[in-house]
Amino acid sequence: MTLDTDALGAWVGEFARAVREHRDELTELDSAIGDADHGTNMDRGMTAAVAALDATPPADGAALLKTVAMTMISKVGGTSGPLYGTFFLRMSGALGDGSPAAFAASFRAGVEGVVARGKAEPGDKTLLDALLPAADALTEAVGAGQELDAALRAAADAAARGRDAVTPSVARKGRASYLGERSAGHVDPGAASAVLLVEAAATTLARS
Amino acid sequence: MAQVGIVVVSHSRPLAEAAVELARQMLPGSTVPIEVAAGTDDGGLGTDAVAVSAAITAADSGDGVLVLMDLGSAVMSAETALELLDDDVRARVLLSAAPLVEGLVGAAVVAAGGADRDRVATEALRGLAPKQAHLG
Repeated sequence: MTLDTDALGAWVGEFARAVREHRDELTELDSAIGDADHGTNMDRGMTAAVAALDATPPADGAALLKTVAMTMISKVGGTSGPLYGTFFLRMSGALGDGSPAAFAASFRAGVEGVVARGKAEPGDKTLLDALLPAADALTEAVGAGQELDAALRAAADAAARGRDAVTPSVARKGRASYLGERSAGHVDPGAASAVLLVEAAATTLARS
Repeated sequence: MAQVGIVVVSHSRPLAEAAVELARQMLPGSTVPIEVAAGTDDGGLGTDAVAVSAAITAADSGDGVLVLMDLGSAVMSAETALELLDDDVRARVLLSAAPLVEGLVGAAVVAAGGADRDRVATEALRGLAPKQAHLG
């Protein structure tokens, strides 16, 4: 089972489709505790990323992820541009041989890039609260010898649990942190889009 | 005499351009490079790290660049832009925590006078001092 360029392209395409499907919902979440642009920003970025891949087919998986990264940091406009852009950029640099173990390691490298870029910690109510548990679950499942489809399912479920776990919390990063206590009880928009990213991996890469 | 460049990163192009206009008013005849990276390419509010790195390159004449930002993604896009620069250019760039408008005016004035990058950066950070002194 190898994660080749086509497989990664399918993941990116499915993420773009899911972002489009949930665009208004993500923006609505962001209007409650932020600046009401997360869905439109992510949709603009991922639509441009898919268009860039169509215009210039990438030579390999690393080039594919780098194109997504550069498009996100350029086109998204909001904080999610540098954050998701850094995720894909670091993943691109650590992609390895396409084995499930290499994919898990590169996913973790991407998440560590988000940590470095955003300087958020677990529980701050950001996309990391979905991505960190996903990386942990993926690493653990692959390390235990599980098939990639089971490992990615575990990662997607962990991401969703992580998103839900911080919903009651007070946001400590980004625009939502200006709201203080009023951010409690709202789903974090970044965590919500991060769940879509991991869910997209579970529905596409597992078929590789 | 040093020629330090300045880059203004903002979510809003009109905001950035107006801030530069305000600063330029203090610098008649000066050619101090002040570049703007602001807004999305469709005219909306947002920041673009690729545009920030291009603005830094345009503002750099070898004596260093000071980058001033508004909030949120402007800061993260500026940090991301550093990753996109060549190592030698990156080493000359400083991201400033100064307030955008006051910091820009202070930095531009000393940059126009030929100050080096660290002096320009110090002046930017002192940007709030006149207002604080006045209001007590």
